Amino acid sequence: MTPHPATDRASGGAGRRLAGHRLLWPALALLALLLGNLAFHHDFFAVRVRDGHLYGSLIDILQFGAPLILVALGMTLVIATRGIDLSVGSTVAIAGALACGHISTAARPGSVATMVTAVALALGVALVLGLANGLLVAGLGVQPIVATLILMVAGRGVAQLIGDGQIITVTSAPYKMIGGGYWLFFPFAVLLAAALVALTAFVTRRSALGMLIESVGGNPAASHLVGIRAGGLLALVYVFSALCAAVAGLMISSNVSSADGNNAGLWIELDAILAVVIGGTALTGGRFSLGGTVLGALTIQTLSTTVYTLGVPPETTLVFKAFVVIVVCLVQSPAFRAKALRRRRTNAPRPHKTAGAAPQHQEAGA
Amino acid sequence: MASPSTPRPVLEAQDVRKQFPGVLALDGVALRLFPGEVHALMGENGAGKSTLIKVLTGVHPADGGSILVDGRPHAFTDPLHAQQAGISTVYQEVNLCPNLSVAENILIGREPRRFGLVHWSALRKRAAELLTELDLHLDVTSLLGSHSLAVQQLVAIVRAVDVSAKVLVLDEPTSSLDREEVAQLFTLVRRLRDRGVAILFVTHFLDQVFDLCDRVTILRNGRLEGEYPIGELTPVTLVQRMIGGELAALDQLSGRDAGEPSGRASAEPFLRARRLARAGSIEPYDLDIHGGEVVGLAGLLGSGRTEAARLLFGADSADGGEVRIEGERTALRTPRHAIARGIAFCSENRKSEGLVGELTVRENIVLALQATRGWTRPLARAQQDELARHWIKALDIRPADPEAQIGHLSGGNQQKVLLARWLLTAPRLLILDEPTRGIDIGAKAEIQRLVARLADEGTAVLFISAELEEVLRLSHRIAVLRDHRMVATFENDDSVTPDRVFTTIATGAAS
Ligand SMILES: Nc1ncnc2c1ncn2[C@@H]1O[C@H](COP(=O)(O)OP(=O)(O)OP(=O)(O)O)[C@@H](O)[C@H]1O
Ligand SMILES: [Mg+2]
Repeated sequence: MTPHPATDRASGGAGRRLAGHRLLWPALALLALLLGNLAFHHDFFAVRVRDGHLYGSLIDILQFGAPLILVALGMTLVIATRGIDLSVGSTVAIAGALACGHISTAARPGSVATMVTAVALALGVALVLGLANGLLVAGLGVQPIVATLILMVAGRGVAQLIGDGQIITVTSAPYKMIGGGYWLFFPFAVLLAAALVALTAFVTRRSALGMLIESVGGNPAASHLVGIRAGGLLALVYVFSALCAAVAGLMISSNVSSADGNNAGLWIELDAILAVVIGGTALTGGRFSLGGTVLGALTIQTLSTTVYTLGVPPETTLVFKAFVVIVVCLVQSPAFRAKALRRRRTNAPRPHKTAGAAPQHQEAGA
Repeated sequence: MASPSTPRPVLEAQDVRKQFPGVLALDGVALRLFPGEVHALMGENGAGKSTLIKVLTGVHPADGGSILVDGRPHAFTDPLHAQQAGISTVYQEVNLCPNLSVAENILIGREPRRFGLVHWSALRKRAAELLTELDLHLDVTSLLGSHSLAVQQLVAIVRAVDVSAKVLVLDEPTSSLDREEVAQLFTLVRRLRDRGVAILFVTHFLDQVFDLCDRVTILRNGRLEGEYPIGELTPVTLVQRMIGGELAALDQLSGRDAGEPSGRASAEPFLRARRLARAGSIEPYDLDIHGGEVVGLAGLLGSGRTEAARLLFGADSADGGEVRIEGERTALRTPRHAIARGIAFCSENRKSEGLVGELTVRENIVLALQATRGWTRPLARAQQDELARHWIKALDIRPADPEAQIGHLSGGNQQKVLLARWLLTAPRLLILDEPTRGIDIGAKAEIQRLVARLADEGTAVLFISAELEEVLRLSHRIAVLRDHRMVATFENDDSVTPDRVFTTIATGAAS
C-alpha cells in the first residue's frame, strides 16, 4: 500500500475559512430576506435624507429593531451560561411604566433632569430585578427557566399596577429623544444600541469575561474544578440582561411617548431567544456570538417588516413568520446541511461502487 | 487481497480517506477483520485510530475508499445502521446517559417489552444478568452518573456485547480499568472470539496486545503502516513501527524513576490530613504529603482512591477530620480554596470534568490560571499564546495548533492539554488522577519523567493510577485503599513488589 502524498492539506484555505465562518449563514439568511423584499419593492434599499434625518426601509428596520437587539444582547450572555431569561418582556414593560409614570407626575415633565431621574429609576429597578433572577439561579440553584418565569408572570402584573391598568402618556422632548430622536442623521436608538453592542463586545472579549462565561456554560463541572466562581458570573449576566431589557423598554415607550403595561415588550423574550439561536449561539451554552445575535435580531425585524411590505393578511402573519423562521433555522443547522448534501450525493450515480480509485475524482467535484 | 484459503473478512476497509478541516486524519488506510479473531489497532496519539473506527461505523462519512461488510460494499450514514448490521461499538469517550439508571443504559433501544410497554422488571433482571457476565455486581437501578468512570466504561462494554453482534469494536476499553477488570474483560472477549465474533481492539498497553490479540494493524500519522500477525512482532518492533524510529524512552520504561525525595528532611509535611472522611465515599484516613515527595494511591476499582483525593481538593467537601497545610489548619471547602493554597487536581474524567469542548486548546490550557485571576485581570493574548506554544511543544500536543478546538483533538492529546492546564499553575501539591489515561507509550514515559522532575524540584505529588507498575515506578510512598478505607501506607523501597502490593490490596493487611 503506497499512500498518496497529502498534497491537498492546505487546498482552498481562504474559501474554507469563509465557508467555515460562523457568521456566514446568519448573514446569508438576512441577505436573502432583504433581497426577497427588494423583489417586491424596488425602492426597498433606498435611503433618503430629509431634514437632516435618514429615511428608508432599512433605517426603519434598524430603528424598530434596536430594542430587540438590546434584549437579545443580554439574552446572549445568559444563554451562553446555559441559562435563559424569560422575564425580559416584563422588565421592558416595568421600565417603560416606571419612567413614564415618573415623568407624568413630575413637576416639570419636559426638563432634562426629570428625564434623567426617570431613566435612573428604571435602570435601578431593573438592576434589582436582575439581581433577584441571579440570586434565584446562582444562589438557590433554581432552574433558570423557572426562576425567570416568576418575574415574567409577576412583572407583567407589576407593570400594570404602576400605571393603574391604564396607558401612561407623556410629553417630554428629552425623553422622546431616546427612542424617537435623531442624532447625526441616525435614529438615536440605533446609535445607542450600536454603542452598547460595541461596549459589550469590547468588555467580554478584552477582559476574560467572555471566556469564563463560555467555560461555565460549556462545562459547568470542569469550570467548578478550575476554580471559576460561577455564582458571580451568573448574577452578572442576569443583571446585564435586565439592564438591557430596561433600556429597550425606555426606547419602546419613548418612541410612542407612552407606556402600556399590557402590551409593551409582549413576547419579546421569544423573539430575543430566536435571535440568539439564529445568530449561532446554542441553547446548550458555551460559545456565544454577539455579531450573530445582532444579525439574528435584524433578521427577525426584517421578517416583521416583510410581513407588512408583502401585505400578508394579518390572520396568516404568524404562520408565515413561523415558516420563514423554520427555514432559516434549518439552513443554519450544520447537521441538516450535511444530511441534505449527503442525500444529494447518494442520489447521484455512485462512482465508487465500481472502482476503488474513483473517490479522488469525486473529491475534486465536492 | 485475501488468498483463497483464508476466510472472507467480515469487515473490510480499503483505501479509506478522511479529511477534517486542516487535518488529513486518514489517508489510504486499509483494515481487514476476520471472524473469530482479536485484532489490535495500534498507533500513537492522533494517529487516526478513533477516526477509522468512526468512519467504519458511520459516525463520520468517509471522503474516499470503500467499506465492505461480508464482502459487500456498505456505507453507513448513521451508527445505528452499523449496529443493525451487527457491528457493536464502544467509542473512546463513554457516551451513555449519566442521568439514567444502569439498567436503562445497558438495554435502551432494545428494552424488553410487554403489551407494547417497557417490561421494567424484565429489563432490570436482564441487565443484572449481563453485568454478571463481567462479574460486576451493581445495583442496576442506580444512576449511571453516580459510578466511577471505570464502572461506566464497563457498563458501556456490557451494552455493546450483544448476542447478535458479528463485530465488536472496543476503543481503549481498558484505559481506566484495573488488572481484575481487564482479566474479566479478556475472558469475555475470548469467549466471544470463540463464538466467531471479530473483535477490533484499541489500546496503548503493549502487554495487553501480546496477551490477547491475533493480528495487529498499525497506523502512523493517518497512514497505514502495515498489518502483522502478532507472532512477527516484539514489543520493540511494534513500537518502532508505531513511531517510525527508535524510541529512546522505551528502555527507561522499566526500572524506577523515583529518586530520593527531596523535601522529606523537613519534618513538616506540605499537607497533613487527619481522620479526613466523607460519609458514603471514604472512611476516615490519615495522610501526609511532603514537598518533593510522590505519594501513590493503590487499590482496586471503587476502593475510594478518587474519593480520597477529591477531599484534598475541595471537589467534594469532607464531613469529618481536618487538613493542615504547612501546619496551618485549613478548610478546603471548594476547589477555589484549594487552588488558592497551591493545590491542583487533574480529574480522571476528562470529558465531563476537564475539557470545555467548544473552547480552543489555548483557552483550555490557560483556563485554570485565568480563573485564579478572575475576569477583570485577563492574561494578555501574547502571554496566552506563549504559554500555549510552550506546553504544546513540551508535551508534544498534536496538532500543534493553539487555536484548534479541543473537542476535535484525539483522546490522548486532550489528556495532555489537561495536564498542561495544571502544570502551568506551578502548584505546590499536584493531584493526578489517572494522568496517563489514553496516552501513548512514548508520551507516557515523557509524562512520568515530568512528574519525577517536578517532585525533584520540590512539588508534592499525589499520584493515582489503575496501572500499579506506574504507581510503583514513580512513588516514594504508597497508600493502599480497600473498600473505601485506607488500609496501609508504606515506603516504596526495593522490597516492594507488585505482588506484595496486590496481596495488601486483596487482603487489606500489609505483609
Ligand atoms: N472532529 C474532528 N475535527 C477535526 N479534527 C479531528 C476530528 N476528529 C479527529 N480529528 C483529528 O484527526 C486526527 C486523528 O485523531 P484520532 O482521534 O483518530 O486519533 P487516535 O489515534 O484515536 O488517538 P488517541 O490515541 O489519542 O485516541 C487527530 O489529529 C485529530 O486532531
Ligand atoms: Mg482515540
